[in-house]
Amino acid sequence: MKSLPILSIVTWLPTVGAIIILALFKKTQGTSIKKFATAWFGLAFVASLLLLAYNRGMGGMQFLEDCTWIPSIGARYQMGVDGTAVLLIVLTTLLGVIAALSSWKYIEKREKEYYILLLLLQTAVVGVFTSMDLFLFYLFFEVSLVPMYFLIGIWGGENRLYAAIKFFLYTLVGSVVMLLGVLKMYFLTQDLALTSQITQATKDMLAGNSEAVAMVARSVQVAADNGTGTFNILHMQALGSVIPMGTMQVLLFFAFALGFAIKVPMFPFHTWLPDAHVEAPTAGSVILAGILLKLGTYGFFRFNLPMFPAASADESFFGSFGVRSVMIFLAIVGIIYGALAAMYFVVKRDGDVKKLVAYSSVSSMGIVMLGLFSLNPNGVNGAVLHMINHGIYSAALFLLVGIIYERRHTRNVAEFGGLSHVMPGYAAIFLSMVMTAIGLPLLCVFISEFLALRGAFEANPYWAAWGALGIILNAGYMLWLYQRMFFGTIDNPKNETLTDLSSREWIYMTPLVIMSLWIGIYPKPFLEYIERPVNAVVRQIRPTYPIQGLPATVPPPERAAVTNEK
Amino acid sequence: MYRYIWLVPLLPLAGAAINGLLGRKLRFSERLIGGIAVGSIALAFLITLASVYSYAFGSGAIWPNVYVTSQDGASYSWIPGGAVRFTQGGSARSMVAVQESAREEWAKRLAEMTPEERLRGGTISVLRGHNEEERASVLDVEWSYQLDALSSIFMLVVTGVGLCIFVFATGYMHGDPGFYRFFAYMGLFMFSMLVLVMGSNFLMMFVGWEGVGLCSYLLIGYYFDRPEAANASRKAFITNRVGDFGFALAIFGVIATFGTTQYTDVFGQAANFPLEPLGNWGILSWIALGLFVGACGKSAQLPLHVWLPDAMAGPTPVSALIHAATMVTAGLYMLTRTNVIFQHSQTMMTVVAVVGAATALFAATIGITQNDIKKVLAYSTVSQLGFMFMACGVGAFAIGIFHVMTHAFFKALMFLGAGSVIHGMHHEQDMRRMGGLRKYMPYTYLTFLAGWLAICGIIPFSGFWSKDEILWSAASTRYVPVGWIVWIVGTIAATCTAFYMTRLMAMTFWGKERFLDNQHDHAPGHEVHGADHETPTHHVHIPHESPPSMWVPLAVLAVLATIGGFVGISPAFTGGHHVGGRMNIVNFLDPIIWNPTTRFFGTHEVVDSFGRRPELVERHATTSVLTTEPVHAEPPPPYGHEGFNLAHTVESVVHKHWLTEVVFIIISLLVAGLGMALGWLFYVKKPGLPDIWAARLRPLYQASYNKYWVDEFFGWAVTRRTMDAARAVFAFDSKVIDGAVNGSAGLTRLASRVTGFTDRYFVDGLVNAIAAFVMRLMSPLFRAAQTGFTQNYALVMVLGLVLAVILFFGADITTAFKAMFATWF
Repeated sequence: MKSLPILSIVTWLPTVGAIIILALFKKTQGTSIKKFATAWFGLAFVASLLLLAYNRGMGGMQFLEDCTWIPSIGARYQMGVDGTAVLLIVLTTLLGVIAALSSWKYIEKREKEYYILLLLLQTAVVGVFTSMDLFLFYLFFEVSLVPMYFLIGIWGGENRLYAAIKFFLYTLVGSVVMLLGVLKMYFLTQDLALTSQITQATKDMLAGNSEAVAMVARSVQVAADNGTGTFNILHMQALGSVIPMGTMQVLLFFAFALGFAIKVPMFPFHTWLPDAHVEAPTAGSVILAGILLKLGTYGFFRFNLPMFPAASADESFFGSFGVRSVMIFLAIVGIIYGALAAMYFVVKRDGDVKKLVAYSSVSSMGIVMLGLFSLNPNGVNGAVLHMINHGIYSAALFLLVGIIYERRHTRNVAEFGGLSHVMPGYAAIFLSMVMTAIGLPLLCVFISEFLALRGAFEANPYWAAWGALGIILNAGYMLWLYQRMFFGTIDNPKNETLTDLSSREWIYMTPLVIMSLWIGIYPKPFLEYIERPVNAVVRQIRPTYPIQGLPATVPPPERAAVTNEK
Repeated sequence: MYRYIWLVPLLPLAGAAINGLLGRKLRFSERLIGGIAVGSIALAFLITLASVYSYAFGSGAIWPNVYVTSQDGASYSWIPGGAVRFTQGGSARSMVAVQESAREEWAKRLAEMTPEERLRGGTISVLRGHNEEERASVLDVEWSYQLDALSSIFMLVVTGVGLCIFVFATGYMHGDPGFYRFFAYMGLFMFSMLVLVMGSNFLMMFVGWEGVGLCSYLLIGYYFDRPEAANASRKAFITNRVGDFGFALAIFGVIATFGTTQYTDVFGQAANFPLEPLGNWGILSWIALGLFVGACGKSAQLPLHVWLPDAMAGPTPVSALIHAATMVTAGLYMLTRTNVIFQHSQTMMTVVAVVGAATALFAATIGITQNDIKKVLAYSTVSQLGFMFMACGVGAFAIGIFHVMTHAFFKALMFLGAGSVIHGMHHEQDMRRMGGLRKYMPYTYLTFLAGWLAICGIIPFSGFWSKDEILWSAASTRYVPVGWIVWIVGTIAATCTAFYMTRLMAMTFWGKERFLDNQHDHAPGHEVHGADHETPTHHVHIPHESPPSMWVPLAVLAVLATIGGFVGISPAFTGGHHVGGRMNIVNFLDPIIWNPTTRFFGTHEVVDSFGRRPELVERHATTSVLTTEPVHAEPPPPYGHEGFNLAHTVESVVHKHWLTEVVFIIISLLVAGLGMALGWLFYVKKPGLPDIWAARLRPLYQASYNKYWVDEFFGWAVTRRTMDAARAVFAFDSKVIDGAVNGSAGLTRLASRVTGFTDRYFVDGLVNAIAAFVMRLMSPLFRAAQTGFTQNYALVMVLGLVLAVILFFGADITTAFKAMFATWF
């Protein structure tokens, strides 16, 4: 590539930092390590800001990189991002800085290994978002487990080993099943009878711009020359439009879906999440909630929807219901179930605040899934934006819980009460995040929930009604939590001497508050990033759906019955 | 001037931001904080006055056209959305197609319009295609403000009454450690409320709606160290959330039906939808239902009223501003704003009327037995809101808004008066420990007197005009079949109102000075309110009059409560006209009220509100023609049929239209007098009577005193059950789901143990046997390999890895090599 390989830089910069720490710092230099690591995270964040130059008007995959990697299996080192990935990467790098800052006091042992793992984790996660090659994606997707496993297992709470192993095995199970799907897709790319049906229009639409189209063509050409298949994601997506609807597509859908659903996590695959969160150190929770969960929803957006369009839109495969019905059902159950489970921790006298936030994530991710499977531009836009917003507010809530944990070494609600008296600044920030979480207008979550539910309503009013019910419950437990922690008089003498936020804490909380307000008041720039990629995905699934600026593609005859539902 | 209305919400926000962000850090003095807050509101009020004047009365007045700030570019695109497909309302739309003639006429008029007029009217989206897929539009929610008759009135009330209350609060909150915080919240509230009433689309209304909910939460919980305040704030927010659930779904319904949220667009389209008579649940009925659920939450109508009385735990100025004058009337604003939608559904009109009437009576009967002065006023507010809903339900939207206005005057006055009393009594709220305060607090007493006469409905105080019109509208309505029931219920509620208000006056200002007694009477079920309320048993406080910063706003509001009703003088007094042209509130609001009979906005001319020609409107505004028409020439009832109509029946007896209305006016004055007389009898003349009657009607008394146990019921049926559900879900989560997960892990462990067992005793045994044989054979070689050097082991591992790779990918590698050679050679 002639131009600067920005994506590779953003992806590998943290690893370089990790190597530097490994090579140049001694174990005992804890203070300088944490300062250096934070600065390095800052550097990565600044580098990732370059991605904001993404051409929103053009859309599609940009900042492309392509070189030979494993020619024997057709895997190439291909990188490229669309608008959704750009936002998620910037969120990742921002949370990276914040996570590093928040660990300064929290982590007191083995700082060197800790920051190395944190940096490696960032490489893995960013790599997931930047890969354009499924093989590369899978690699990053799997590798991201390892640093997280150690973060929980070494720096976690009392029950850390159980949580770490549960987290690792659980997600691994999903990935292994997904691997089968990946392999099958790979073999399908060698099926000429199928690939010859792909229309250029589909490719153009999915790739979004000429450069990306050229890249797809190049991968296909190289693969054909070598007699291999190709892992190019865009090509696989295009392939999806011609896979006949039937058992195979449904099986493929669920193979991918299981891997992602565990990551999301969707009900009923969510029980690893509360354990992992409770045991993980604050920074681990921040990354886990802010970014790692997004790998699942991002996977659905990037793979399941465009690769298996017929299955995604299917409502009749199992007789009276279909694949989409299953996903919607699980999403709605997740919304309400997560909210009720979260409520348990305020109903209970001595609930764990972190568990509450963890279960609220389950609920929130349900909204994302509901938006995604409403299969219209509004719903998917909302879902993608909600990924970002959830990354902001749940990260903030975990940080806030971490702040009080650092001071009191407990997360038990019963231990608190009347904190507003001693920590007014902390109370104000907490309130702003609680209000964000329950979707108050002019704060970020409102926009995404509104869009997602609006999309769901367009698809089916009852879905939106169920989703909105979950939001009432959200308000219930969040406000109750706030009341129990901050209102009333201080009845626990241990809380009387608590200090308000330190300047370091202000520094890392403020950007999140600002982001919440910014997206809430002026979401337009953010929506511009994700609009075109989202439209392409929806168009892939529903060839005739009215989408602004995207003409209807003619549906292939075998899919006509599915897309013209109702 | 009206082009600057975008400043109006911004000013309170700026004031709030300065106070909230800097007030504590820079240790602002009370004077500075109060100055910033009051100044910002005063400025907003002045701008509002000037804007409304220039909009409606000045030389360049554009009333009754709608002004949206986006016309001048004072807006931004808030939520740019993708395309929206109309999924709902398809059938309703095809029914519209039946009325082809009406549409053709509309198209003709559209062609005649100038581009500017069309712009004001918004896009006429009804002319879009019938094909489902074509029926799509781009939803781009903009942030812009709309100035029209309805928002003018609300802006005036909010900023005007708000200003009085802000001034009062500087006195009332004097010495409070959270002074800055209080005014920051109050400013934020003003911003939200103004966004609510000024927004140009449903989404902005929702923003304001949630915003005032937040501020209400913060302000009810202002004394957050009191558990009852903290609980009340949460209860208020969550009850409102239940309402918002309906509101949000209604907004989605609006989007799915009309493809837009902009008022002008939505109502222009909705006007062309077919009517949905009683029992007919079309899409507009569903939307109206959702909106109504929202309105019930915010305006504390049955059964979502439970939060409002508890909300009195907040400081009294908050009760006056939020929980009496402004926020709780947001539901009325919404109903009137969306009157096109409501009027399409006779079912929902009936529901609104019935719920309003039920709430009015229900809350009034509770008000009779409460002893906390603020609780009485709170139930009175709920009851009065019921009256307003009643008005909307029977089709008299303008009258409903009229009552919103007069109620804002007299109820804000009474709340502030109560605040003054509480302040003077050193935070005593129990009326049983008051009495005879008239001597000690003359200004408060005199101003309160005006409020009392206004709410009782004594001519010529403001409350009379609006309440009387509401009852008259109920009796004469042709919108709902149950108008006469609504009238009866409303009249009884009005009697109760006069009674409990007289009781309040008597217990507070008249009679014996009970606070001088060392021991006070213990009524059944008596409870002490709040932990830190001082009890007179310890020491006696002599009440004192409040400072001028508190009684001057009272005086201003008293004047308004006295004369405020003259903007809506009943036509019965003026020969059947709503006199005063657009100075009359009913005429002023006319252009935004849809008429189901003519199917156009405004009562009179066949012009659409959004496309109307100003000269036509000018004419009808000065000479009202509605009530001058003889009765027999009345158009047919809007929904095709009507039930028993009380006014018609009376009219058939007295034979004169104006006389009929006079009859009803006399009845309503009589019942007001009756209520006051009873109150006087019970609490002034014979103070023993209440106890006697309470004993005689014990079950009723208990029911009223305990607020009909609604709170208990909800606590049991909703709160407890939700908590049970939470417990059940968690138990399910940890036992069943996680049980399955751990179980599968256990199963795997078991399997591994079995395997291990077999391995050790069977496979291993075999292996060991073979190994022993091989060992003996190859031991020299193996001994050589056991070097103890890590590098050697690593080498072996790498070799193994390579071997594995070759085994697994051998075929691929061969192909790759073949290909490589093929290209090279």
